[in-house]
Amino acid sequence: MEELNALFHGFSVALTPFNLVLMMVGIILGVIIGVLPGLGGANGVAILLPLTFTMSPTSAIIMLSCIYWGALFGGAITSILFNIPGEPWSVATTFDGYPMAQQGRAGEALTGAFTSSFVGALVAVIMFTFLAPLVARFALQFGPPEFFSVYLLTFCSFVGTGKGNPFKIIAAMMLGFGMAAVGIDIVTGQLRLMFGFTELLSGFHFLVAVIGLFGIGEILLSMEEGLSFSGQTAKINMKVVLETWAKLPRYWATSIRSCLIGCWMGIIPGGATPASFMSYGVARKMSKNGDKFGSGQLEGVVAPETAAHAAGTSALLPMITLGIPGSPTAAVLLGGLLIWGLQPGPLLFVEKPDFVWGLIASMYLGNIAGLIVVLTTVPLFAAILRVPFPIIAPVIVVICAIGAYTVKNNMLDVWLMMMFGLVGYVFKKLDYPLAPMVLALVLGDMAESSFRQSMLISQGSAAVFWSNWLVGSLTTLALALLFWPLISAGMARLRAKKPDQLLEQRPIE
Amino acid sequence: MAHNQESGPASVRTVVIDLVVAVVIFALGALVVYDSYRLGSSWGSDGPQAGYFPFYIGLLICITSAVVFAQSLARWKRDTKAFVDSGQFKQVLIILVPSTVYVLGVQLIGIYVSSAVFIGLFMKLMGKYGWLRSTVVGVAVSVIAFMLFEVWFRIPLPKGPFETLIGY
Repeated sequence: MEELNALFHGFSVALTPFNLVLMMVGIILGVIIGVLPGLGGANGVAILLPLTFTMSPTSAIIMLSCIYWGALFGGAITSILFNIPGEPWSVATTFDGYPMAQQGRAGEALTGAFTSSFVGALVAVIMFTFLAPLVARFALQFGPPEFFSVYLLTFCSFVGTGKGNPFKIIAAMMLGFGMAAVGIDIVTGQLRLMFGFTELLSGFHFLVAVIGLFGIGEILLSMEEGLSFSGQTAKINMKVVLETWAKLPRYWATSIRSCLIGCWMGIIPGGATPASFMSYGVARKMSKNGDKFGSGQLEGVVAPETAAHAAGTSALLPMITLGIPGSPTAAVLLGGLLIWGLQPGPLLFVEKPDFVWGLIASMYLGNIAGLIVVLTTVPLFAAILRVPFPIIAPVIVVICAIGAYTVKNNMLDVWLMMMFGLVGYVFKKLDYPLAPMVLALVLGDMAESSFRQSMLISQGSAAVFWSNWLVGSLTTLALALLFWPLISAGMARLRAKKPDQLLEQRPIE
Repeated sequence: MAHNQESGPASVRTVVIDLVVAVVIFALGALVVYDSYRLGSSWGSDGPQAGYFPFYIGLLICITSAVVFAQSLARWKRDTKAFVDSGQFKQVLIILVPSTVYVLGVQLIGIYVSSAVFIGLFMKLMGKYGWLRSTVVGVAVSVIAFMLFEVWFRIPLPKGPFETLIGY
């Protein structure tokens, strides 16, 4: 009941007129970001971060997290109407969403997508409300070895749950760590990896990397494909919405399964994209109409959208309670917290209850606001996509440049953004994943200092990571995930298995 | 993407780029190892030295990129997929080159004038829009950005002689 009291206090913090306006603005900006190619949750939040520096941290995080919800909603619009996933997690939504739109059932598909997104998020938020304080209380007892083993688990799970070449995943991740090490060493004060360039004194800022890798890189990829949008039109009116809502309870079992998959994949840093694919795959296997999936089944829209939204929401749980983000967007939000002088982690619940519970309350309100906004304004957002690419492309480059410059008011960052853009383009084409690289860049310093502190405790012996049952099981689990590709390859060799087509369509983040 | 499968005479194969990128990553890893070793990558009098952690990071970069290199070599003969065909390459350059010139423009004459010119010219030349429409969109985006950043949020962006002229 303590949580409920705190939650109601949170509502009183979040429910000021100013914050409600910010919420609406955030949702609308988020949907626009989700709809536009080249702008996504991570770099959209990164670009808009400097605008919030003048606000109070609570208002700022409310607006930023609403941008995030908006982006999650927005990805579905382009998937269903244009067969172009606006975000990697909405790829699975195209499988059944676009066929539905072609059959003239776009309104039904969109309503189904938005509603199940909402349900997924709501379940995740409820879980968050009750689980987060417990995790935070538990994590208060963590020492450096425990924290390092959680970092290790985070990074190893990219190898274990990620798709693609494990060596490329590790290489990309380690490049992120390498970039994080550039600049002044926080412990000894020595200059590292600068090779005489004083501009690198404060290192590579991850916001610049995010804007370049995801923003400019995505624009280059979209240009290469020579995008010409030709989409279906959508009409959503009250009748369609109500009819769809009447159908949705039929898929309750799919909904529950997808929520569970989403929450789990969000907390361990698998992220929304694998969650949406896994959920689609499970729904196809378990459903009575499984063989009809891909031909325009509402259930095939419900499953990935519920899971993606649940995962996207629960990715904030480790970010707030442990200071370890589960997705690139959560990493950007974490960076924002650090800039406002808030240290994410278990102490945040004790020291800044207003902030934490305000954020949690805004998750409830933001998702309700989001559902209303997207249901009423879909035609408007679909119109944005019809703006021709020769206008969109330079405008997005300009927005990215502004975003990169405002990070530190430094021109060098704009050049670095272009460089990261090229890197992002080449890495995307060669299947080097970008998400672990960004996460390593964000967490590098913290992972390093917890590692060094652990080593100090044990005087250089790695046995400290098995010194008690908690840290030992975390470390062992991490190593198991790290070697999972080897283990599963060995098992696959034992019994020849037909290749999973669904997995092949999954993009590498 | 069917047009991706065949490699024209002018296109580069993906496997070649894979090898080149692996070499670049290996070189970066070697740089990290070198500098960490210079700083001291072992145990000092007061605990781990500054290069202790990055040394192993660099080592892992080198090892993984070497494996990727070997994997790419192993599929050298089989893999004939093109990285980009010439048409796609042109499309990428169409946005990449103007963007780079634009960033140079931001550095030299400020962001507002550069943005208006960049958007306007791109629309006119690549999108085949009329002068009037291109100018209106370019100037409008710049003015909105100016109002948003300089006037309302008071976040200074790079400015040049034109902004000085109007008193900013």
